[in-house]
Amino acid sequence: MLIDWFTVGAQALNFLVLVWLLKRFLYKPILDAIEAREKRIAAELADAAAKEGEAQKERDEFQHKNEEFDQQRAALLGKATDEAKVERQRLIDEARQAADALGAKRQEALRNDAQELNQAISRRTQQEVFAIARKALTDLASTSLEERLGEVFTRRLRTMDGKAKECLGEALKTASQPALVRSVFDLPEEQRAAIQNALNETFSAEIRLRFETAPDLVSGIELSTNGQKVAWSIADYLASMEKGVSELLKEKARPDATTEPKPEESKPETTSQ
Amino acid sequence: MRLSPDEMIFWQHGFLKLNATIVFTWALMLVMAVGSKLVTRKLSTGLEHSHWQNLLEIIVSGIEKQIEDVGLRNPKKYLGFLGTLFLFVAMANLCTVIPFYEPPTGSLSTTAALALCVFVAVPLFGILDQGLGGYLKSYIEPTVIMLPFNIISELSRTLALAVRLFGNMMSGVMIIGILLTITPLLFPIVMTALGLLTGMVQAYIFSILAAVYIAAATRDRDPKPEPAPNT
Repeated sequence: MLIDWFTVGAQALNFLVLVWLLKRFLYKPILDAIEAREKRIAAELADAAAKEGEAQKERDEFQHKNEEFDQQRAALLGKATDEAKVERQRLIDEARQAADALGAKRQEALRNDAQELNQAISRRTQQEVFAIARKALTDLASTSLEERLGEVFTRRLRTMDGKAKECLGEALKTASQPALVRSVFDLPEEQRAAIQNALNETFSAEIRLRFETAPDLVSGIELSTNGQKVAWSIADYLASMEKGVSELLKEKARPDATTEPKPEESKPETTSQ
Repeated sequence: MRLSPDEMIFWQHGFLKLNATIVFTWALMLVMAVGSKLVTRKLSTGLEHSHWQNLLEIIVSGIEKQIEDVGLRNPKKYLGFLGTLFLFVAMANLCTVIPFYEPPTGSLSTTAALALCVFVAVPLFGILDQGLGGYLKSYIEPTVIMLPFNIISELSRTLALAVRLFGNMMSGVMIIGILLTITPLLFPIVMTALGLLTGMVQAYIFSILAAVYIAAATRDRDPKPEPAPNT
């Protein structure tokens, strides 16, 4: 007999036990694991979908913000460009004004330099001219000229007008020292006498005199006493003329000078000291 | 010549006896249970898992898919019974490559026991699914005349299940035994390989037939497509 009924029963029992064992150790854990994994994957997929949605939303938001930012940037850039243009124009204007001012200043400086140069040239010319004149007159000075000077001096003394004459007379009379007569050359006796006479006659008194030679007078005679001085010399003429020319140059140097000063007539002067 | 491992008795006490069929069955049970326990002890629910877990997952989900394909809509309910049927038969047959191993499925007692289990399980699942009345009613469908034929078919298919598996396994072992005496070395190896294929096919056939019988006994199956309405 191929069938052993005890074995059949034992095998059926074995099979049922095996079913229970495999259910417990194989199917249940494996199916649970699969299910857990599927759930987990589903959760992860859902999570990913949610994240994707969120990312999409954020991207949209970001894009929107980016557009806004671009617009703002464009607006700011436009504004900045306009401002820069205005500023540039202002700077250019300023620079132009500064350049103009600088140019004007420079022109003024050049004009001043030119004027100073002119003045310097004029002064030098004047000095040279007077030096030449002085030299020429000094060279020309001689005894005969001194005689003529003496004559002119005596005539002047005689023709002195009121107040000056009075002052001089008073000074001569009250002087403790003899009056000083200075001339370039030694005056001859006749001329000394003539001057003495002229003084005596003019002031109706005995005037004491002391004669001295003074080469710096160029050509002329000078009487000085007790703070009063009567002089007639070519040097005075020259000094007077020099003064007049200097004043004329000063007048010219003034930019607003409109009227030309007339040259003053040179006169022999009587000064009080 | 020994036709069945039942004849190899290690211990006997009256009616009780411990033969090779029972011993090898216990060995298989031990290997399967311990192996499952070892693999499922540290299961990973993440995306990374061990090769053994992968293998078991493929096997379990494959069996589940097969049960579903047969027409049972709730495969988890039948997985314990049908899966164990397949795994036990397959393991018993695959182990024939081990020397001195006698497949328990080569014993008519084992195959009869398995067929009896199916014979009991089919009405049990049917009653669980549609109640006792509903199940018994299926015997007189489409007419009462069909009742004896249904009963005969129930019995004969159980017998067929048992004998088919026994015959295939026993013949495989027998052929190898005979060939070993005639042409040793190469040819028995080829036949053993063929025997492995036959064993797998038999395991598949046995469990699929059981699934089909259960599906026939239960209404827990895909509804038949409605005939298209005439236009």
